[in-house]
Amino acid sequence: MSRNGPFAILFHTLFVVFMLAPLVVVCLVAFTPEGYLSLPGRVWSLRWFRAILDYPEFLRAFRDSLWLAALSSTVAIGLAVPAALAIARYRFPGREAMTALFMSPLMVPHVVLGIAFLRFFTQIGLSGTFLGLVLSHIIVILPFALRLVLAASYGIDRRIEHAAISLGASPAVVFRRVTLPLILPGVVSGWLLAAINSFDEVTMTVFIASPATTTLPVRMFLYIQDNIDPLIAAVSACLIALTAILLMALDRLFGLDRLFVGTGKG
Amino acid sequence: MSPNASARATPYWLTGPTLAVFLGLVIIPLGMTVLLAFYDWGQYKGIVAEFTLKNFREIFSDSYFLEVFLRTLRIAVLVTLFAILIGVPEAYILNRMAPSWRGICLLAILGPLLVSVVARTLGWALLLGSNGLLNRGLMALGLIGQPLEFMFTETGVVIALVHVLIPFMILAVWASLQRLDPQIENAALSLGASRLTIWRRVILPQIVPGILSGSIIVFALAASAFASPAIIGGRRLKVAATLAYDEFLNTLNWPLGAAVAVLLLAALVILTVGTNRLVERRYSQVFE
Repeated sequence: MSRNGPFAILFHTLFVVFMLAPLVVVCLVAFTPEGYLSLPGRVWSLRWFRAILDYPEFLRAFRDSLWLAALSSTVAIGLAVPAALAIARYRFPGREAMTALFMSPLMVPHVVLGIAFLRFFTQIGLSGTFLGLVLSHIIVILPFALRLVLAASYGIDRRIEHAAISLGASPAVVFRRVTLPLILPGVVSGWLLAAINSFDEVTMTVFIASPATTTLPVRMFLYIQDNIDPLIAAVSACLIALTAILLMALDRLFGLDRLFVGTGKG
Repeated sequence: MSPNASARATPYWLTGPTLAVFLGLVIIPLGMTVLLAFYDWGQYKGIVAEFTLKNFREIFSDSYFLEVFLRTLRIAVLVTLFAILIGVPEAYILNRMAPSWRGICLLAILGPLLVSVVARTLGWALLLGSNGLLNRGLMALGLIGQPLEFMFTETGVVIALVHVLIPFMILAVWASLQRLDPQIENAALSLGASRLTIWRRVILPQIVPGILSGSIIVFALAASAFASPAIIGGRRLKVAATLAYDEFLNTLNWPLGAAVAVLLLAALVILTVGTNRLVERRYSQVFE
């Protein structure tokens, strides 16, 4: 099957190096024994990983990021499931407009959303609160949840539901025992993709986070603006390691291409 | 199931909560931002709710703002071009790989999408610094006499953004490559077409819609990118997004910052809708 010529293989290899180089460099620098930015030579040290523990603001921001991701993606999937079922099964006036509206956070630049939320939350007294972060994150991650649930909803055989109804199941039972299990892969992968996007979001969050409630990427961004040292490389290396583990788990569970493209059918 | 009133109401019950959330948290805040862009502002009086075009006049008359917007445009165009030049062949190569290999390569290429943009850009800051790996490597090879300046330059920002955004191009092109029928390629080959001709006359025309939609995504994200230009570009090399950030959180001239954001949004909406129209009109036969 592989008919790629040697030139193609070379191009591809260079490309993979290009994609991985910055991540690898961050991980290497994190192990330096020196007090400045350098690659570890013969001696590898964990001193900068230990140093993270002396900066509780990173740990606090990490904890807040996890909570934020879990909460906002759960609410987003709760909104996305009924909306996706309606869009997938009914033809109703306003359907296209609503779909476009629900997908719009993908097209509106996050800077603009950040500014809009900053203005809005300042007016209604939510600025700098955790609730404000959760609300804004629900908006930006909902399209990811919706897209995956929608793809799963289009794929179900409605005759199974009709059979359940004809056997006397109530709508609630049909949803819980038939529909939900059928779209569950879409729901789980939609939740995960939403949670990852919430965890990584920085551009919008930087506008509305306060020193008291901030996320890990924002904390890292503000730190890098002041200075770049091995400590921040160690924090990033932890993040990269975490993502890599998650990625391998996801690949095992769902297959990465499905997670990214929605489904092959598009 | 007769189409009675309650059945007709069902989709609205199902979408209602999401619609309410979006009206409250997208439409209203965006509307307020647009209004804000037309408000007055003064160092001592703060934000004054009086309709004025002052902010837009200031942006269009001050060469500093013009320079920032031109730089944003230049960076976005270059990033999109490089994403096409590198992403299209890469997607093609990826598509022809054996499935087992492709899985691993996808992990390497799409995986970085899930890593925080801050961590990825930090990597480029480490690579591109004057004492960074890239410069030391080039000097060790004797290709350059003294370190090249990447940090705080547009070149550096473009490199980092190509890295951050190219997966979107690959995904878009790959999706359209998967729809191709390999038999058409074989037919062209059997009729005596050269590899180059097949690429130009058979494959490329069919994946142009994929390239265009990938380009829209990459361009829009590059034009509104924030973290990478802020880290690689530093405080002086401003783009539209970092300019708006500055106005909001340093100068505190919110109306001016809002005007910058509104202009950015308007430009991207016009571009996206315009390109979509073009794609639909010219390539409708490809989608049929």
